[in-house]
Amino acid sequence: MFKSKHKKELADKILSHILLAILSFIVIMPILFAFSISFQTRSQVFTYPPSFFPDKLYFGNYVRAWNLVNMGRLLTNSLIASVIVMVGKLTLGVLSGYAFSHFKFKGKKFLFFAILFTLMLPMQVRVVPLFDFVSKLGLTNTYTGLVMPFLASATTTFLMRQHFLTIPTSLMESAQLDGCGPIRFLFQILIPLSGPTLAGLATVNFLVMWNAYLWPLIILNSDSMKVSQQGIRMLFASAAEREWGLIMAGTIMVVIPTLIVFLLAQKFFVKGIATQGLKE
Amino acid sequence: MKEQNYNSHFLVPYLLIIPSMIILILFLYWPTIQSFILSLYRTAPFGSRVIYSGLENYKKLFTDPAYLDSLQRSAVFVLITIFGGLAISLVLATFLNKKLKGIHIYRTIFFIPYAISPTVAGSLWIFLLNPVAGHVNYVLDFLFGFQVPWLTNGFFAFIAIIIATIWKNMGFNIIFFLAGLQSIPDSVYESAKIDGANSWQIFRKITIPLLSPTTFYLIIMNILFTVFQAFGIIDIMTQGGPAGATNLVIYKLYRDMFVNFRPGLAAAQSVILLFLVLIITFFHFKYGSKGVHYQ
Repeated sequence: MFKSKHKKELADKILSHILLAILSFIVIMPILFAFSISFQTRSQVFTYPPSFFPDKLYFGNYVRAWNLVNMGRLLTNSLIASVIVMVGKLTLGVLSGYAFSHFKFKGKKFLFFAILFTLMLPMQVRVVPLFDFVSKLGLTNTYTGLVMPFLASATTTFLMRQHFLTIPTSLMESAQLDGCGPIRFLFQILIPLSGPTLAGLATVNFLVMWNAYLWPLIILNSDSMKVSQQGIRMLFASAAEREWGLIMAGTIMVVIPTLIVFLLAQKFFVKGIATQGLKE
Repeated sequence: MKEQNYNSHFLVPYLLIIPSMIILILFLYWPTIQSFILSLYRTAPFGSRVIYSGLENYKKLFTDPAYLDSLQRSAVFVLITIFGGLAISLVLATFLNKKLKGIHIYRTIFFIPYAISPTVAGSLWIFLLNPVAGHVNYVLDFLFGFQVPWLTNGFFAFIAIIIATIWKNMGFNIIFFLAGLQSIPDSVYESAKIDGANSWQIFRKITIPLLSPTTFYLIIMNILFTVFQAFGIIDIMTQGGPAGATNLVIYKLYRDMFVNFRPGLAAAQSVILLFLVLIITFFHFKYGSKGVHYQ
């Protein structure tokens, strides 16, 4: 009786593994196929039936995609913008979050509400006047124009506040008694205690900017200022007759940084989403 | 939670908030207000002169068959994407909720599409669905002996962007369903089993009702995602075509502004979308904690 139950459990486990392995393969398949095609020569791409493995590792697509849309430049621009947004959003979020967690002041409720209300104003509902405004400031085709609208966010402020509130009051009282001012308290005590929260928000904020498309598309039109997401559109526009190897090579180059950041910070990322969700 | 405070430094909190407030006012509040104003104006052809036209832009939109069609398509798109996406995600989440060795590896793989940009997702799927070198048609041909004109036929192009959107957002839904599933105590399942319930009954009568707060939250978030984030996927895969079949509200807005250069009309569409967001958010707060089953 016991033995057969054990056997049944084992069979159940093996079945679950097989099922999950198949499902995982299906989910990740679009990336795997793109990866495989990106190493195939033009003639191999168009053989029928399509082949899953490249005959030999052909790097020509990568070289051509890189040169065709100046991918090095696009990736650099994306990286610069994403790092600025990541650092900027985190800095502003820590400061404002701290104000709401550790201070009492007039208009606190109103200001907190005013910050949270911006959650309801996604880029898409204000893009028309925003474009007008940023171009009047002469900031089209600049990093400043690209990153400014992303620098402050309700979610980062809110989550930093929530996190700071979990740090015991006694810490602050003793710091105060020792003559530690509010700014020193923030930098020497609160921030060092916030590693995982900061890491999660940093990852999410980096990826939000890395993946942003609509705003860059509108505000950047000079080829030297464009970001990598626009590179994909450029590849579709310039690759003749749908050269899939070339387009997929470009797509892989754009997605690799996303995958690296995601895999490195996976734990924090999942936690970050679970509390906010990636929003543009 | 007890509020903590440094009362003697009354200026400090304002100084801490000012940088965020400046950005939010200049780049979020101000443009939103401008959207309202701009939507009441019309730009004269051949020139930057703007003419006050009252609600004319709105009237134009709501009598324009193309806009009404776009609204209707967006609604269908949202409904199918959400129901399909949530159903698939829930099933996958129950598989991923098993206590197995290496389950983290599977979970990681399922979350990957969510980290990917809509543009990349569009690019990957347009390749898979392309009629000549794509693998989807090959498999369909191999298994059932037919091929589908994915991106040249309006109906299938519509399905194609739904597939790409569901694939991309699945990770988000799974994360929340998993968290919800893990908060259901084992004892509930145990007692159901003792009462003789089979797995389908347990799923139908216990899991789904207990997950309803999560599901409600996900429906709201998915509406916002699918309405707004569809842009990147559509722009890469179909650019609104063929013949307007995938010209959803967000894409039409973009085209009216940056292709057809009609800022007033585009601003009016922004305002309409803003109202939709406000209504959805209102529902979220009003009914978020009612009408759903908590333990």
